[in-house]
Order: sequence, then C-alpha cells, then structure tokens
Amino acid sequence: MITTLPAGSAGMPPSAHPGRFGDGIPAAAAPDGIVEVRGISKTYGGGVEALNNISLTFPEGALTSLLGPSGCGKTTLLKIIAGLVAPTAGEILVKGRRVTGPGPERSFVFQDFALMPWATVLRNAAFGLELRGVARSEREAVAERYIEAVGLKGFEHKYPHELSGGMRQRVGLARALAVNADVVMMDEPFSAVDEQTRRRFQEDLLRLVAQERKTFLFVTHSIEEAVYVSNRIVLLSRRPSRVQRIIEIDLPRDGDPDRIRRHPDYLDTVEDIWQGLRHYVE
Amino acid sequence: MLIGGYRIPAMASLVVWAIVWEIVGRADLTLLIPPLSATLVRLAEIAGTESFWEAVGITARTFAAGSAVAILVGVPVGILMGRVPLLDRLLLPWVNVFISAPLSALVPVIMAIFGFGETTIVLTVVLFAIWIVILDARAGTQSISPSLVEMARVYGASRWQAFSKIYVLSALPEILTGIRLGLLRAVKGVIIGQLLVSVVGFGRLFEIYSSNFLMEHMWAMLIVLFGLAFLIDTLLGAIERRVDYFAGSRN
Ligand SMILES: Nc1ncnc2c1ncn2[C@@H]1O[C@H](COP(=O)(O)OP(=O)(O)OP(=O)(O)O)[C@@H](O)[C@H]1O
Ligand SMILES: [Mg+2]
Repeated sequence: MITTLPAGSAGMPPSAHPGRFGDGIPAAAAPDGIVEVRGISKTYGGGVEALNNISLTFPEGALTSLLGPSGCGKTTLLKIIAGLVAPTAGEILVKGRRVTGPGPERSFVFQDFALMPWATVLRNAAFGLELRGVARSEREAVAERYIEAVGLKGFEHKYPHELSGGMRQRVGLARALAVNADVVMMDEPFSAVDEQTRRRFQEDLLRLVAQERKTFLFVTHSIEEAVYVSNRIVLLSRRPSRVQRIIEIDLPRDGDPDRIRRHPDYLDTVEDIWQGLRHYVE
Repeated sequence: MLIGGYRIPAMASLVVWAIVWEIVGRADLTLLIPPLSATLVRLAEIAGTESFWEAVGITARTFAAGSAVAILVGVPVGILMGRVPLLDRLLLPWVNVFISAPLSALVPVIMAIFGFGETTIVLTVVLFAIWIVILDARAGTQSISPSLVEMARVYGASRWQAFSKIYVLSALPEILTGIRLGLLRAVKGVIIGQLLVSVVGFGRLFEIYSSNFLMEHMWAMLIVLFGLAFLIDTLLGAIERRVDYFAGSRN
C-alpha cells in the first residue's frame, strides 16, 4: 500500500523551510513517499539531542542521500527508520504502515559490514533468507545471483577475512538485495574502503539502483559521493539536526562515469552544497 | 632454533634436561631424586599394575564428569551474565571471589558433606574449573560486535536464531579459551581432590608411595600427571586455533 498525500495536506508537519533557500523543495511536496518521517525527535539517554522534529518524505524508486556534518544524527535517523532505535517523539510510516521494529520490507547495509566471520560469502549473502526459513537450495540460488550482481562471482566460498574491505561491503550489499526489500538503507557503506575502490563501488551502485528499482536511503558525509549517486539529497544541519535543504539532482546517469564527474551540473551542485555548508565549518 | 648452522628441534631441550636429571640421579646427591632411567623402568612396572589402571579410570571418570558439569553449566551461565545485566550484577562478585580464592581450602568442606568418594572429587573438579569458564563465556558474549546484533534484528532473527546463529558463534573463541583454561584447572582439581581425599585413585597411590618413601614411584606418577596435563593443553590449543581462524577479526 502506498499512501499518497496531497502536497501541503494537513497531515504533513512542516518540514524543510521553503523560501529560506532559493531552491529548497519542501519534502511534503513529494506525492508518493514510500517512507514518511513525521516529526521525529531523538534524545539519547545521556541527554544528547540528536534529532529535533524532523519530517521528510522519501520518494519511491529513488536514491535519496542524507548528507550532513559528522555527528549530526544521520545514523540515528537511518536506524530509527530501520526500526533499530526507538524515537523519542514522532513516527515513521513505511508503505503507509507505522514502524515499530525491523521488517521484511526494509534491509540495511552496515558501515562496518556486519558480516559473520565464521560464514562464507554465500552464507552471509543468503543469511536474511536463511532467517526467514527459505530452503537452502533456493536461498543459495538467489544469493548467488546477487553475489554475481555485485561483482563477486567466484568468491562464494571465501570467508570475509579473505576479502578486501570493498569486497566485504559488496557482500553486505548482496545480503541486503537478496531479501528483496522495498527499501534498502545504507549507512556510509563506502567510508571504510579506499578512494579507488569507492569510485568503482559508486559506479556499480548506480548500475544496481537502475536494475533493482528499489528505494535506496543512503547516508554519507561526502558531498561528491552524494551528488554522484543520488536522485535527491537531504541536507541536515548540525545537532540537534533539522532538515536544512533538499536538493533534486538530475544528472545524465548513463554513460561514462568520468563524464558525469566532469559534467558542469555535477560540479556546480557540489560547489553549491559546499558553499551552503561552509559557514558551519568555518 | 639454530646452533652452529644446525636446526635444533623444539623438543631438544627436553633431552638436555633428561640427561641432567639422569646425571643428578646417578650422582646420588639426594635420595629425593632417583635417576630418570630407574624412574622410567618403575613407570613401566607401575603401568602393569591393576591399582594404576584403577586410578587412571577414576581420574578419567571424575575429570570427565566434573569438566562436563563445569562446561554445561558454566557456558550458559556466562552467556546469560553477558546478556542480562541484573544477573551479571548478582553473580559477578561471587565469580570473582571464587576465581582467585584458594580453592583447595574448600575441599575438606566438600569432603565433610559428600564423604570420601568420587562425588567429592567430581565437585572439586567443578569447583576448580567452572569460574574461568563462566568469566570467559561472559566476556565473549559482551564482545559481540553490536552491528552483528543489529544485523540479526534487521533481518528478522528470532531470539533463538540470534542466540544460536550469532551469539554462541561470536563468543566461541572466548568460550573455547575459557574451556581450555577451565580444563587445565580441572586437571589440578582432579589431582588435588584425589590427594586430599587420599583413599581413592592416585591419591591413594601417592599416599602409599610417600609414606613408604618410594621416590621412583612418586616421580613416575608425576611424569604421568604432567604428561596428561600437557596433552590436554596441546589438544585444546589446536582446536582453539582452528576456531580463531574462522572467527577472524571482529571488525
Ligand atoms: N547510543 C547512543 N547513546 C548516546 N548518544 C549517542 C548514541 N548514538 C549516537 N549518539 C550521539 O548522537 C549524535 C548523533 O549520532 P549519529 O551517529 O547519528 O551521527 P552521524 O551523523 O551518523 O555521525 P557520523 O557522520 O559520525 O557517522 C552524536 O552526537 C552521537 O554522539
Ligand atoms: Mg553515522
């Protein structure tokens, strides 16, 4: 089920501040959000106020990035959407249903991979299906397909410690895709891999996003990465976080990756975001 | 080790010490140290007697039973302590007291309650072994990577699935270290138990040998016991290394 709310309907709390920034687009304007974040606040036990009344809509079938300074609450927001962390206030709707915990329509790619070191690539990639009780031959067939899709064919029977960081994260991605969730969340999936691997990975991610037609929620603190992979970027301000600005990205995604990275729109958007964030850094 | 360009095998030092033992023994410096050769002859002789095999049997039985109890009770208790803070707060002080207490002093108490039979020896083994098993299982459970726990939740693991597929295997390297250390303490427990009870098994043999001042017999027994402890340690060490290899880094 997909809830569609008319733009600016009474049900939507005020979110981004249109008008404050020239090209800010209010999240509430998105008609077909698969994930609705409504008035989410989170104060941790120690009194740290990580999020303050965040409202957002994530459009279906797009890759949306959460971008913001370190410690601003990106991971917290993602984990609240994943149902791993309970918000202090507010609610999350996924496909119109209220989130009370993790669910099969959502999967997660962890910053530190979260692979089982005692299990092979194949078993790790099939683990979500194993937990659901899918028969071995069936789940391994699915996992093998996604292992190939993320470019790890031939490594099915290796163990995580035999792989590089980038390859391990590909296993994490294969696991997240294998469960066929509608929403795939990724928390800085490339932060633990080197720059070269990272670029290859970003290119492969774009290809997978196009193939899978799923909704991706992507956390990063790299402006370039966000602009390169996203359809839309949500800029979060410093803690306690609010939505500062939402930017739609419309780059020609097919074709030579290097051309995208040299595309004037790409460079302009990176520069634009940087200028906007600059005063926080200085 | 290389000496003068030749590879010296690791066990070579044992040969050196065996020779030293033999020389000291033959020099008749003290009655306490008979020559190694005479001790080995005596060992072969003892190995033919029924009372020796009876002692071996009792030792093996009580060691196995005591270790089994220590592991089967200690591992779950340790895992629970690692996951349930209230239980941890209740039990941890006791575990810490017992792990460093002079446990031999408690054996007479056990003896007073359970008599001079094998039960007392089994309980002594448990008393020696269980604390380190608990403590290491607890430490292993606490060191489980939080993101693995979250991973299990995100992909919908039930409590039992999380326990059996993630927690136990994650904590396995520490659990096995605890079991290895526990079994080494169990070896001490099974010997000390028998020596203090001193009417069964090796305890009885030692009692006979020492009261009759049979030094060759004493040393022969010691070689058996030390050899046994060494064997168990080597075996467990080998198993542990295999598991460590699979457990790899925990990120
Ligand atoms: N379990 C927790 N208990 C207390 N405070 C926490 C907890 N988790 C996070 N915080 C705090 O909440 C704030 C937001 O953390 P969060 O991890 O969501 O930020 P982030 O944007 O993901 O940062 P980074 O870019 O460094 O990953 C930080 O100040 C952090 O210290
Ligand atoms: Mg984070």
